[in-house]
Amino acid sequence: MRIGVVTFPGSLDDRDAQRAVRIAGAEPVSLWHGDHDLHGVDAIVLPGGFSYGDYLRCGAIAARSPIMREVVDAANSGMPVLGICNGFQVLVEAHLLPGGLIRNDHGDFICRDQGLRVENASTAWTNGFEQGQEIVVPLKNGEGGFIADAETLNRLEGEGLVAFRYTGLNPNGSLNDIAGLTNPAGNVVGLMPHPEHAVEPGFGPDTAAAMRSGVDGLTFFTSVLQHALARA
Amino acid sequence: MPTIVVEVMPKAELLDPAGKAVAGSLRRDGDSPFTDVRIGKRFELTVEGEVTDAVLAQAQKLADELLSNSVIEDVVAVRVLEGHVA
Repeated sequence: MRIGVVTFPGSLDDRDAQRAVRIAGAEPVSLWHGDHDLHGVDAIVLPGGFSYGDYLRCGAIAARSPIMREVVDAANSGMPVLGICNGFQVLVEAHLLPGGLIRNDHGDFICRDQGLRVENASTAWTNGFEQGQEIVVPLKNGEGGFIADAETLNRLEGEGLVAFRYTGLNPNGSLNDIAGLTNPAGNVVGLMPHPEHAVEPGFGPDTAAAMRSGVDGLTFFTSVLQHALARA
Repeated sequence: MPTIVVEVMPKAELLDPAGKAVAGSLRRDGDSPFTDVRIGKRFELTVEGEVTDAVLAQAQKLADELLSNSVIEDVVAVRVLEGHVA
């Protein structure tokens, strides 16, 4: 399976996402924001970072870059797309996921290992988790506060479109503790925390077993492999 | 050349953490008549040629679709900059 990782000007975690894809057993393919070519990939990751320096609004300019036309078309025809942090902001600005992300309510950038609960374990990127499973992956953002109007929130909750919720202290003021969303088809998933930083023992969050041994993020990438196999 | 000004503000019902931080610093100064601060954005669009109704409509569309995100912000003004009226 070939998984494309789009690099925008200001992307930071594109290499980490490629590494996660490789560790999961798939082939990472580097995609360029200025192209109109998905190079025949089977899934796409929009990585974290600060595309265009967060100018205008986080993700707003990247959402209008040339390759996003192909990404939106692919997403609408069922290709798995994962947006991580800035990638989630790009998905929201591209209207592939609803709502908006604003500055953290406390005003500070936050960086820590974050507990999450998997609220929807039937998406292309979460099928390897148990429903309700609690995981820990790094979180690092300044504008991660998820908001939406009451009607949208009701729909997200009612239709099971909340993919992840923060556990413990809400790190950024996100409504309903929402950390990540899925689209109704389950192929497009976006979240503020960073699963690609928790894929290899020695480089992940601390666990009860050992320092930096957390690899909960790997399941995102093995899930999409399983999703592809199931459809083949 | 004429200029169109677009002003965008965070929605009134939403928390504006940047504005809140500034308001907090005013409170620390003491003796300020200003009870609240909200921070928005002002865009200046330079127009080639005359600002017709069609150009203004185009600016309004740009304001709604790119310069603001209706989930979190309101466009509060789209107007020709004073002194630049053709």
